[in-house]
Amino acid sequence: MLTIAGRKFRSRLFGGTGKFSSPEVMKEALAASGCEMVTVALRRIDLNNPADDIMSVLDRERYLFLPNTSGARDASEAIRLARLARASGGGEWLKLEVTPDPRTLLPDPIETLKATEELVKEGFKVLPYMNADPILALRLQDAGAVAVMPLGSPIGTNQGVLTRFQIEIIIAQAQVPVIVDAGLGAPSHVAEAMEMGADAVLVNTAIAVAGDPVRMARAFAMAVEAGRIAYESGLGAVSKDAAPSSPEDGLGFLR
Amino acid sequence: MRILCNGEAREIASGIRVTDYLDQLGLDALSVVVECDGKILTREEYGSHALQDGAVLELIRFVGGG
Repeated sequence: MLTIAGRKFRSRLFGGTGKFSSPEVMKEALAASGCEMVTVALRRIDLNNPADDIMSVLDRERYLFLPNTSGARDASEAIRLARLARASGGGEWLKLEVTPDPRTLLPDPIETLKATEELVKEGFKVLPYMNADPILALRLQDAGAVAVMPLGSPIGTNQGVLTRFQIEIIIAQAQVPVIVDAGLGAPSHVAEAMEMGADAVLVNTAIAVAGDPVRMARAFAMAVEAGRIAYESGLGAVSKDAAPSSPEDGLGFLR
Repeated sequence: MRILCNGEAREIASGIRVTDYLDQLGLDALSVVVECDGKILTREEYGSHALQDGAVLELIRFVGGG
């Protein structure tokens, strides 16, 4: 079973709560996904149109909330958001995101490391969103991150695991769980990440924007499970040369 | 007196406490985190903290996100 910072998770699929067409669809899709940890964001309340409180829609007995610091462009903004999340009753768990460039939403490695160091000191359980850089993964782990979250491809792009080579190294080296996050757009993408040995994946956009988010959530859950079982079962070696799967002996009668 | 709340100038009753101001706005205090002049208030402080003229208030809550 997956354990992060001493907490056990039966499901290796983590869910996001953004972009759903309604709170009801979100609730049903998350239930269908079987996930036990969900990300949430922090924003100013629109005083002229205060939306429903997401905390009242989701059962906190069922889901561990993982507040993110989305929107932060440097370490100090991320730290401010983290403190607000904790004060909001969000607990100690934190998905640290520092994305200075709105075009790529790629994470700033230096600011992410700086913020990790500070937030670990403040008692947060930090799960940093990071580029798929094996050296950075080790640095974040040394700084006290309880897991690392390398990206498959940029946030919201549904492009799948474009960082395969680097994620393989991260998985081989990491002492903390590796959660592939961002850009996983299809069940086959999460199956690939899990077959590679990722400990978990985080999916938001691909489920939220699907034609039928509830059934898509189920498809992702099945793919995560299939990928994990395949990894644990030991995949066959990849080869350039063909090798027959039927016996080569016993063909003497043909010629 | 005037305060700046979530970036908007707002006229409010002098000396109103945070908890009463949230009530006026129709917000559930348990779902809101309050930052006043850059300092995060604990829930216990909402009932005792009186807003001062010129205060910069941020009312934040969780929303859907990935």
